Amino acid sequence: MERSIVFAGFGGQGILFAGHVLAEAAMNAGAEVIWIPSYGPEMRGGTASCTVIIGDEPIGSPIVDHPDVAVVFNPPSLAKFAPMVAPGGVLIVNDSLVEAPSGRDDVDEIRIRCTPLAREAGDDRLINVVALGALVARTGLVPPDRIREALHAIVGKKRPDALAVDLRAFDLGMAAVASGPREAAGRAVAEEATAPL
Amino acid sequence: MTTPAPVEDPSFSLAGTREPPRRVLMKGNEAIAEAAIQAGCDAYFGYPITPQAELLEWMARRMPEEGRAFVQAESELGAINMALGAGAAGARVLVSSSGPGVSLMAEAMSYMAGSEVPMVLINVMRGGPGLGSIGPSQSDYFQAVKGHGHGDYRVPVLAPSSIGEAMELVATAFELAEHYRTPVIILADGIMGQAMEPVEQHYRTPARQTAAWALTGADGREPRVVRSLHLAPEELEEHNAHLQEKFHAIAEHEVRWAGERLDDADLVIVAYGTAARVARTAIARARAAGLRVGLFRPISLWPFPSAELASVADRARGLLVVELSAGQMVEDVRLAVGGGIPVAFEGRTGGMVPSPDEVVEALRELDATGGPLRRRRVRRRPPIPVSGTGHLHPHEPMAEPETGHDALSIFGDDAWMPHWYTVPVPTRPTRNGHGRGQGRNGSAERRPDDEGGSR
Repeated sequence: MERSIVFAGFGGQGILFAGHVLAEAAMNAGAEVIWIPSYGPEMRGGTASCTVIIGDEPIGSPIVDHPDVAVVFNPPSLAKFAPMVAPGGVLIVNDSLVEAPSGRDDVDEIRIRCTPLAREAGDDRLINVVALGALVARTGLVPPDRIREALHAIVGKKRPDALAVDLRAFDLGMAAVASGPREAAGRAVAEEATAPL
Repeated sequence: MTTPAPVEDPSFSLAGTREPPRRVLMKGNEAIAEAAIQAGCDAYFGYPITPQAELLEWMARRMPEEGRAFVQAESELGAINMALGAGAAGARVLVSSSGPGVSLMAEAMSYMAGSEVPMVLINVMRGGPGLGSIGPSQSDYFQAVKGHGHGDYRVPVLAPSSIGEAMELVATAFELAEHYRTPVIILADGIMGQAMEPVEQHYRTPARQTAAWALTGADGREPRVVRSLHLAPEELEEHNAHLQEKFHAIAEHEVRWAGERLDDADLVIVAYGTAARVARTAIARARAAGLRVGLFRPISLWPFPSAELASVADRARGLLVVELSAGQMVEDVRLAVGGGIPVAFEGRTGGMVPSPDEVVEALRELDATGGPLRRRRVRRRPPIPVSGTGHLHPHEPMAEPETGHDALSIFGDDAWMPHWYTVPVPTRPTRNGHGRGQGRNGSAERRPDDEGGSR
């Protein structure tokens, strides 16, 4: 079984980072995983996306036509990726920047005002980590502790001072999603994945 | 007709492992670079180009840490010719680029093949032709397998399909390069370079194969020659015969491939690299829909696993070749199976990647048009035992060519040289038994028909 997750937004919104943390967490939970960036002239202000595929067997196609989960941070990303989400999948929308409706009634759409939560955590740039919290809370794809571990490994190495803020942003994102994981898109792949809340 | 047992994905050899494996997330370009360092790469020469830039960046940081040579050259031409020089001196050399840069390296590839200088060249393919795009592509198959420079030569081409496999193939490539005294190409693509996957960090350091020909300084021994210039037709033909003998040995012993789900397959996808991964997903979907599909994945693109594919095709109803190109490897597939079975093609170009559903659709069409299953009785040469796990076939080393002077082939006696350029070379007997003149440029002592010396 494979689950695919797309993160998309402006360059500089931490798109690739969010995917990296998820991939690292999935790997450490014993899953197979691949992380693929949209590479090229996508620097701050351009558009960026990355795909993470998590599976219990070696990952096949690195190209995803219908992601199970899409996390979109800006309007162009909503326009591009909302129609692609697999029916029954999860669509997480950064409500701080995206006003348009997705137009989908066959996906589990979660709108989160990421910026105020990130600011509450201590750094309003951390909308990516807030959204990651929402993703993990809703889908249960990987255990939250694995994400915290991955944040330790990736952020803690370079910027130990930023780690506490990241962890807070992740927890706020988790808490912002009231209901637990839905079976539709969120069946856990990693062996140690969380049970539904 | 017997079918060679398909091998599963190549597994790592534990030989040479230095530390217990631990899975870490690594980017393809960086994993390949580190694997090269751990494989004992002495010198890296490169010039930045997307999508292989991180390979060069990793080398820029790590090679000096290891006390080894890193040069960001002024161009791809500079890089490959520096590699020629370092390789001729016996160094374990790596060069990397992407299609547009590899095109610039074509001339030196021919020189290295001709003068038998080992080197590993990594091409992280992008969309072409021309400057093309930076998206992933497999449109440099012709270039790697059939092309680059002029002259009668071949170089081994290895195509990884995962980052872990790429790391193993880097070590294999150095082995092949030194064992056969030849450039070796690793053909990856933008996705292999840019993606991150968990890899186990055990590396292999191939044993150094004594460079009895390398230009290491002639103090206390007979000087040696590394060159591609042989002006006497008889001598050049002899040299070509030697090269061809080597290429036959490579074709005989260095075929690598992997098969998946071939046991009951009556449709077979032939794909390498990233396309093989798309195929793997498509096969799972097609099997769920009732089609019996397997995967034949060439790992060595040259030598192409022709006999092995022919054996597999003998048990199938149709082949589907999937590539990130307009159709290049498909020609070798058709040559291998000899027209006895439908061969369909599915590909995308320009940096686009076929989706699994597109491949499934192509399988359905093939299933509808493919002929009935016939167990054909075509005699072919018996399949070569598969050495799919990346180990060299043990056999006698190639005979060393005779050597003469310490000189590269870049300036032959008849090549243009600056008027001030003279290299005093002592008179010595050469392989032809001729002596040679004192000067190299316009020497009065050199006869036009004197084929001795450095050419």
